[in-house]
Amino acid sequence: MQNNDETLIRVEDLKVHFPIYRGVIRRQVGSVKAVDGVSFEIHKGETLGLVGESGCGKTTTGRAIVQLYKPTAGHIFFQDTDLVSLKEEPMRLMRQKIQMIFQDPYASLNPRMTVRDIVAEPLVAFGLETGKQIDDRVKELMHLVRLDPDFIYRFPHEFSGGQRQRIGIARALSLNPDFIVCDEPISALDVSIQAQIVNLFEDLQKELNLTYLFIAHDLSMVRHISDRVAVMYLGIIVELADRNEIYENPLHPYTKALLSAIPVPDPEHYRKNTRIIMEGDVPSPVNPPSGCRFRTRCPLADQECEKGRPEFREIKPGHFVECFKAELPTRSKEVLTEEKSL
Amino acid sequence: MTSELLNVQGLKTQFNTPEGVVHAVNGVDFKLNEGETLGIVGESGCGKSVSMLSILRLIQQPPGKIVAGKAMFKGKDLLQMTNDEIRHVRGGQISMIFQDPMTSLNPVMTIGKQLAEPLMLHLGFTQEQARARSIELLEQVGIPRAGDRLKDYPHQYSGGMRQRVMIAMALSCAPQIVIADEPTTALDVTIQAQIVDLVIRLREEVGMAIIWITHDLGVVASIAHRVNVMYGGFVIEEALIDELYRRPSHPYTIGLLGSLPQVQTVGRKRLYSIDGMPPMLYKEPHSCPFAPRCKWVIEKCRMENPPLLPIEEGHRVACWVNIEDGSVRDAE
Repeated sequence: MQNNDETLIRVEDLKVHFPIYRGVIRRQVGSVKAVDGVSFEIHKGETLGLVGESGCGKTTTGRAIVQLYKPTAGHIFFQDTDLVSLKEEPMRLMRQKIQMIFQDPYASLNPRMTVRDIVAEPLVAFGLETGKQIDDRVKELMHLVRLDPDFIYRFPHEFSGGQRQRIGIARALSLNPDFIVCDEPISALDVSIQAQIVNLFEDLQKELNLTYLFIAHDLSMVRHISDRVAVMYLGIIVELADRNEIYENPLHPYTKALLSAIPVPDPEHYRKNTRIIMEGDVPSPVNPPSGCRFRTRCPLADQECEKGRPEFREIKPGHFVECFKAELPTRSKEVLTEEKSL
Repeated sequence: MTSELLNVQGLKTQFNTPEGVVHAVNGVDFKLNEGETLGIVGESGCGKSVSMLSILRLIQQPPGKIVAGKAMFKGKDLLQMTNDEIRHVRGGQISMIFQDPMTSLNPVMTIGKQLAEPLMLHLGFTQEQARARSIELLEQVGIPRAGDRLKDYPHQYSGGMRQRVMIAMALSCAPQIVIADEPTTALDVTIQAQIVDLVIRLREEVGMAIIWITHDLGVVASIAHRVNVMYGGFVIEEALIDELYRRPSHPYTIGLLGSLPQVQTVGRKRLYSIDGMPPMLYKEPHSCPFAPRCKWVIEKCRMENPPLLPIEEGHRVACWVNIEDGSVRDAE
């Protein structure tokens, strides 16, 4: 759905570190390197999928783009404006163009506010509409997200999870944004409801020419909704490519392992394919491994990988990967698993 | 060779709430054979967990109440046992792995103590024996430096390791049945793959029967031999694993499979979505629970709730309409 190649968002070497304080005088003893140097672009009208396991920094990246966290270093350009250097008031105005949808539809809506007040809050905050106009706009938005406008004076607890997520979407759309960060918007929902919400996201994108950053851990859903996909591991993007390219021709060993771990609803699949089972857990982002971050779990790692962080290279047009071994003839999944079991 | 281990018939469980009686489980039948893995699939509130908790009598009564049914385990009805008898079954012959390993382990007790508890209680081990066996168990589920890690508390373990501890604990008394209630839902995909792999390996080594409760049709495809699909407190389809994915026959199962994006597909097609929401269970069901969301619904569905009807050897479906040819099924 790439209408053109105009860049809407450009993230340059973004770092978000959270300090750790210890002791009586709260001395800083270290920092959690949640995001440690990521760069990517999002084109107008496209969906960039951001995937990774818990703690890889995908949510922090999303929140930093909306400036809910102040980045430790790096730049975030929206069109040509650097959001990081913006003062408070210009940033507040900029937020009309950049909205966010949160993961938990139970926690992200104020239980004491009616749907009308929730959806109208951004309109009121920016003084855009008043009185009767607000009601009309809220009803229009509810219609847009396929909620019955008659429910305008109900409270969040009267809705199901899927309906609440629609309220969150209506709120995000109220200011006609260009760009929406969707932070795991479907992972709290039941399977049959997930499909409804994903279809809604796709319809809205077409109708309103929206650009999405779609953060998720469900790789099959990300392939479905995204135009391009970025895979994160321990605070960095290890691979970024067009969705079909990354799923059919993954180059980073982590991406390969992640893809092979996806549960497939077909018993036949498990008889035909050997899975790559990665050992161990993700290391702590307080003290990430030196050199390549993935080397402690990587089946291909050798001394070269300890030396320094690999460059984030464009191996083919549009296919970026951060790995020393990506250029080696790709070894098949079976070989990888066999070596691992020896 | 396969002998029947557990036979549940007509299980009904209800909850009294201030809003009214919730009909959580409305007459569930199933069998489990020795060494078999039965998958139970359904969305939140379909009764999958409640039916399993009912069998082990872990439902708090009140507000819960097991209204009817039998659960025959080795010739005895679990639902009629005295509290003392059922305590010996729980954890000993039938054990359970829960969804969230953080909340189901005791945070102020070391892993070693928690592992030793069932061994001393059910098998009469001494402290020494229990410790030795605990180390063996942790090694079996793939925890490195098991001896040292017995002294650790649950918060010192990662999510995947805690779930390994839960599995070790569930297997400690060599149970005949392990009930796993969404054991991988709280975990990341790569860790989920590790756990599924571990359970398959242990199943081969130990030979226990497993009831694997999940909402994920992908996970169940990798582990189960047979699947029950549940909806609104009923089993609505029952089939061998290959049969279910090759020929799903209940409109709900078809919808559920259709709503999953296929990671292998190249093109982008719109996801099939089931309209509407799962039912509220406040009313005693007299019609098909899926009728309000069903595309194939006919008048009969709103009048009468279909029982499980056989359509092939080992494949039963609770639907009046034969979706393959549009004909209407009869109860006989």
